[in-house]
Amino acid sequence: MSQMRPLNSAEALSLIKESITQIVPDADFTLVEPDDKFRDVLELDSLDFLSLVELLSERAGVLIDEEDYPDLTTLSDTTRFLVERTRRGS
Amino acid sequence: MTAFTMPSLGADMDEGLLQEWLVSPGERVHKGDVMAVVETDKAAIEVECFESGTVGRLLVEPGTRVPVGTPLALIEDQAVPDERAGVGEAMVSKAPTCATGGQEPATRHQRPAPRRKAARKPEVTPEPALAASRKEPTGEHVHAPPEPSGGADSVIGAGPLVRHLAVLRGVDLTTLHGTGPGGRITRADVEHAQPPLAPKVRASPYARRLAHDLGVDLAAVQGTGDGGAVRAADVRTAMRTLAGGKGPERTDRGPLTGDTLPDAAIRRDSRPEDRTDTMRRAIADLMSRSKREIPHYYLSTTIDLTAADDWLRRINRARTPTDRLVPAALLLKAAAVAAREVPALNGYWQNGEFVPASEINLGIAVSLRQGGLLAPVIHTADTLPPDALMTRLKELVQRARRGRLRGSEMTGATLTVTSLGDQGVEAVFGVIHPPQVALVGFGAVVERPWAAGGMLGVRPVVTATLAADHRATDGAVGARYLTAVDRLLQRPEEL
Repeated sequence: MSQMRPLNSAEALSLIKESITQIVPDADFTLVEPDDKFRDVLELDSLDFLSLVELLSERAGVLIDEEDYPDLTTLSDTTRFLVERTRRGS
Repeated sequence: MTAFTMPSLGADMDEGLLQEWLVSPGERVHKGDVMAVVETDKAAIEVECFESGTVGRLLVEPGTRVPVGTPLALIEDQAVPDERAGVGEAMVSKAPTCATGGQEPATRHQRPAPRRKAARKPEVTPEPALAASRKEPTGEHVHAPPEPSGGADSVIGAGPLVRHLAVLRGVDLTTLHGTGPGGRITRADVEHAQPPLAPKVRASPYARRLAHDLGVDLAAVQGTGDGGAVRAADVRTAMRTLAGGKGPERTDRGPLTGDTLPDAAIRRDSRPEDRTDTMRRAIADLMSRSKREIPHYYLSTTIDLTAADDWLRRINRARTPTDRLVPAALLLKAAAVAAREVPALNGYWQNGEFVPASEINLGIAVSLRQGGLLAPVIHTADTLPPDALMTRLKELVQRARRGRLRGSEMTGATLTVTSLGDQGVEAVFGVIHPPQVALVGFGAVVERPWAAGGMLGVRPVVTATLAADHRATDGAVGARYLTAVDRLLQRPEEL
């Protein structure tokens, strides 16, 4: 896992959206408010969510443990999580 | 010589549409290699070969709908490569005289193996000889009889090795003058032939037809298949580019762009809407039959998942996301092992009696994003460690949603499991998939107050249910099954 440079909010959000789109190709983000539970809105099941964790951890170069999952509930949570984690250097 | 036939990919399948060949004549195939893509009412399925050998004639054109059991291609016996192959002499290849795949000693000659290609490789340019003898298909034929024999091989005097070589070199055999015995075209003839001015474009048969139908020049299409072969998706991409970004297919939602269900998006009879419709109809028929014929009984129990949850957390902590397990892997394993303990729920109701199955093959209900569901199969699930089960589960769900399941993954389920936990409900009382006799359901893992040892605490729990066929078993048997599932989940490390 290669550590990337710190991400800003915009970069983190677009990384999240890209990753979700890879799993749910027709994901419509106009339906997802920043504080919605995106798993529910976009119908990601547990396997999809695991794939998302895989993609985010790979692309952002950070470790994401199961204990971190509650921080990956909404788009704004997840953005904040990635920004902080990449700044901290994993 | 045997026939590769249209397989039955489910109890409710009578016929299938051959969508695309993934092998070419002369190609060596091994048991388990993917031969073709077949469309059923529910999905496009990659169909595998059930024996090893050399692909002989392809008997059915892509786009043809045929009944289950119809020979699609001939598989010639596997043979040790003949030393004559090195000499470069073309071998006589007599066309089979019947399409039913009877034993034909005359055709059991040795065939040098073309270098094995990846199983999923799309077919390269069809052999010129064969292509020449084929009519350009204009659409779906219903129930077309197998192509009469005596076609290509007798028209062009060249053996499979030579024809294969011609394909690789882009040489049109019909333009060659054979120097072999009886005017037969030899390997040397092909090797010395001038390559045609414009090299023939490598393309899958379906891509070729699509290009023809859409009026797209194949030579102008950028191929993304093996060796730059043009695939159907490439043709559509080119079409979209030509049309200024507005392709002929729908642009609304649905994961039917790019690689998903690549060939289903345009064909007249299988546009996504139609696919959803036919799947809806297939599900309706099967479920109606189930409720008409099967007297269901239902049981439910709530299972404490504390042990399983702790075990998963411990296991997953040291793992990268790729290797982590989800609770579903343990639930499936427990469901399979419990079926070993209560075999009366694992098998089929056939001709008025229960026929137990020798293996435990779990059908896994997978809901599709565009609607509908499929139940691909994890074979011998009781023997797989949770890690292997997890891997299979991921593969199956992904392929089910991409519309590219294998034939073997669609057949042989002896017991089906459905899990609606991710949809947020706590319990699911299922409808049995005939001819099976039971269906196991798991709801969401939720935290609930739980009394144990006189103490009240909060624990993760799951509701496990069983829908079973009362003709085959009584409630007591079902109860034993759910009790076994519970007991097994209390010792996850032994699963």
